[in-house]
Amino acid sequence: MPCPPILPSRSTLALLLSLAGAMPAFAQELTVVSFGGSYQEAQSKALFVPAAKALGIKLKEETYSSIADLRLKVKAGAVTWDVVASGSGSAARAGSEGILEKLDYKVIDTSSFVPGTAQDYCVGGDVFSTVLAWNTKTYGQNGPQNWADFWDIKKFPGKRSYRKGVAGALEPALMADGVPPEKVYEVLSQPGGVERAIKKIRELKPHIAVWWSSGAQHAQLMKDGEVDMITGWNGRFDVAAKDGAKVAYTFNQALLDYDCFAVAKGAPNKDLAMKFLAEISKPQYQAEFTKYITYGPTNKKAYDLGTIDAAYARTLPSHPDNAAKQVPIDLDWYTKFETQASAAYQNMLTE
Amino acid sequence: MSALGLSVAGEVVDDFHAAALRRDHWRERLGLAALAAPALLLVTVTVLLPVGWLFGLSFFDDAGAPSLEHYRRMLAEPSYGRTFRTTFEISLATTAICILLGYPLAYFLSQLPRRAANLCMIAVLLPFWTSLLVRTYAWLVLLQRSGLINTWGMQLGLWSEPLQLVHNVGGTLIGMVHIMLPFLVLPLYGTMRAIDRDMLRAASSLGSTPAHGFWSVFFPLSLPGLAAGSALVFVLCLGFYVTPAMLGGGKVTMVSNRIANDIELFFNWGAASALGVVLLVITLVVLVLTARLSRGAGLFGGGH
Repeated sequence: MPCPPILPSRSTLALLLSLAGAMPAFAQELTVVSFGGSYQEAQSKALFVPAAKALGIKLKEETYSSIADLRLKVKAGAVTWDVVASGSGSAARAGSEGILEKLDYKVIDTSSFVPGTAQDYCVGGDVFSTVLAWNTKTYGQNGPQNWADFWDIKKFPGKRSYRKGVAGALEPALMADGVPPEKVYEVLSQPGGVERAIKKIRELKPHIAVWWSSGAQHAQLMKDGEVDMITGWNGRFDVAAKDGAKVAYTFNQALLDYDCFAVAKGAPNKDLAMKFLAEISKPQYQAEFTKYITYGPTNKKAYDLGTIDAAYARTLPSHPDNAAKQVPIDLDWYTKFETQASAAYQNMLTE
Repeated sequence: MSALGLSVAGEVVDDFHAAALRRDHWRERLGLAALAAPALLLVTVTVLLPVGWLFGLSFFDDAGAPSLEHYRRMLAEPSYGRTFRTTFEISLATTAICILLGYPLAYFLSQLPRRAANLCMIAVLLPFWTSLLVRTYAWLVLLQRSGLINTWGMQLGLWSEPLQLVHNVGGTLIGMVHIMLPFLVLPLYGTMRAIDRDMLRAASSLGSTPAHGFWSVFFPLSLPGLAAGSALVFVLCLGFYVTPAMLGGGKVTMVSNRIANDIELFFNWGAASALGVVLLVITLVVLVLTARLSRGAGLFGGGH
């Protein structure tokens, strides 16, 4: 006689499974991970906590530093995160690498989103801009208005600061070199396009006093008056200006980019995560978020609710008037060319 | 025959003692090894395993197949070579400046009465009580365009345009030397204290001038301490991250800055590991060479 089965019979197993499946119904816990600091605090207050309350689920928040952390978790088969906040570029690459779940846009409604802010693996949460900012003590309120001015050291003498990484660094150079904003990625995709941009940056290199590498740093540089002109993220400059920094910026020819939410590959509560994303993508949440930080909503309906003060709305990157002046970041280009372009950029930097 | 038999018996007795001695020796060694076991275990778990894992990772590509891609990239892109060169140049320069400043300081301290020297040593060690980040920020505040030094210098009429004191190699060196100096002074001071003053007196009684006595007696005897301190400073500099990142203005890319950059860029530990492995190998080579050198110096100077 064969060994008596220690394993439960098929029917018992089915019962156990159904029980396990039913478990989350009374103890559903969703783990959300973001970048910490004032940014996550804003997300938590405006999005995560209210959405969890509305869905009647428990919420666990964690912080992480870069998408490389998620990659390790997925490769090790130990995914404990459900929803992951990310930059749009990182998410696009992470998605193509297979460490994110495809989003279910039957659940998440993005019909009123700013075009291009909902990709296969990531749904936009807020819009920010890489802008040209200047020291108002040096140039007054009417400072440089476009990238050609940024490169014009005769008309605007003074020290510049530019990004140390390649993301958002090549587009301004091409516009300064006379490429129309809508043609920037077309030129960058052609052979020699990246070199053309880098050549233009090399021209300006003697006048670049600091190559910044973080948002906190570029805000500090303007607060200290260390440089006269800089590229950077609009929200940081607003915070610095509120702190008394002599800084102003323009949305003209700025690069429109967004932060987004993704679902980790093999997330323990994948379906719930989709519902959660659907909830926080609703306009009322996004409108609330703008109260904590000057990043605009991706859902245009947030502007129609009337909860965002009209004067304040005009200062947000995704406000239609501002969005029209900007160049949306092309994520496909970054997925295809970023590592290559970065190598060339690093070579230029270390020359 | 009988003489031969005797000597054989003697050898047997000798062997017996030798074996007992050897057994004791091994027992003692084992005992010592057992004492060291917890520490060894800790080092294995916290240092050797992760480093070994990192080492392994660097030989696999993104898809997980074995490859030398990460090393090939380092050879193909000129920026990697330049990064390594910058790392070594900055580390060497920091070490050299530390020696120039630290040797006279350690010498001065070693000549003071113990009590006064101890007080001065506290002053040397004081910076250790403040975090490295705070000290680096302090330099940024002092050296920047609107910083204290530029403001005062211009108010005193010493210069009219703000000087570029930071966000360059100079600012990085200032910050690094400040942080590294105690690491050179401490071992050097210890060695100098241990030098027998009678040797110098003997030199002068044999007719040497003070300067000659210093160079032919004191300096060689202090070399082991100098070698140890310099090696410490140099190796710590190789892995420096915060100070070049904050004071270098993005123009001073050291290997650790590049590692951070590559992790962001490639999402991948392999590319960064390869940089770490190369740096580790070069550092080990430097350490071995210094050990050789300092042993030579010790033999030469100490005469034992």
